Amino acid sequence: MTDQRKTGFGRWLKGLMLRRMHRMITCREFEEFVLRYLDGDLATGQRSVFELHLRICRECREYLAAYRRTLELGEAVLAAPDDPVPGDVPEDLIKAVLAARAQ
Amino acid sequence: MLAYSGHADAQDAEELVRGNIGWMLALAERLLRDRALAEDAVQDAFMDAFRGLDRFEGRSSLRTWLHRITVNACLTKLRQQKRRAEQPIDELLPEFDRHDCRIEAPWTYLTPIQDVLESEDLRARVASAIGDLPDSYRIVLQLRDIEGYSTIEAAKLLDISESNVKVRLHRARAALKRLLEPILRGEERG
Repeated sequence: MTDQRKTGFGRWLKGLMLRRMHRMITCREFEEFVLRYLDGDLATGQRSVFELHLRICRECREYLAAYRRTLELGEAVLAAPDDPVPGDVPEDLIKAVLAARAQ
Repeated sequence: MLAYSGHADAQDAEELVRGNIGWMLALAERLLRDRALAEDAVQDAFMDAFRGLDRFEGRSSLRTWLHRITVNACLTKLRQQKRRAEQPIDELLPEFDRHDCRIEAPWTYLTPIQDVLESEDLRARVASAIGDLPDSYRIVLQLRDIEGYSTIEAAKLLDISESNVKVRLHRARAALKRLLEPILRGEERG
């Protein structure tokens, strides 16, 4: 049996198990829950189903870890500095705003 | 002390502008990704603020109030922009096989945040990847994940439903993950 066929068989078996097992969801269904899980918006029963899938599915576990790291990275990189350097603001823009107000 | 109600006099107005224009411009640049457009939006935001100062009731902080006005001015600018043909986001979304199993290459490494923050090049690439998202998804991600608005607030600002905000947010995050994978997997280092 080639690696390719093993992989195909493994995926078929996994798909079958995810569909048939009690309180189990497929990876595609898991995807629908990700946002609500991270927002803490899942009901207790839904959360336990989500976390059960997470325990047995390597792909979704690693996907979620990378998804979370993506959020952290975006926030860390684009987070607003509280005190922007005053020199960044051109004086002519300030004057233009004040002149427009005076009109 | 700035009078927050009634018409601001010239000195109050200058105090308001000088005290807030820095972060407002930074915010507008993050949302619009264009300095000239951001300056226009900030001017519009101040005009809106001066006009609305009578209605500012102090229920939120002045900064929160100005933040919302600036976001609104930026969203107006985006809507006025001749719409660019947006790159479809579908090809960046998670993939599943015919058994509904996720297709995800194994992750043997996940780059620590600190490694990215310490590299100017990697920080620039993360910012650029966010900028590469289609505007209608990027804006939702920025409002909710970066500027700190709730789903309800983002829905009101964008005039779309809460469920639409959630769908766009999740797709934006998933697409951004895909765009950042070379960095996240440590294949590209600063």
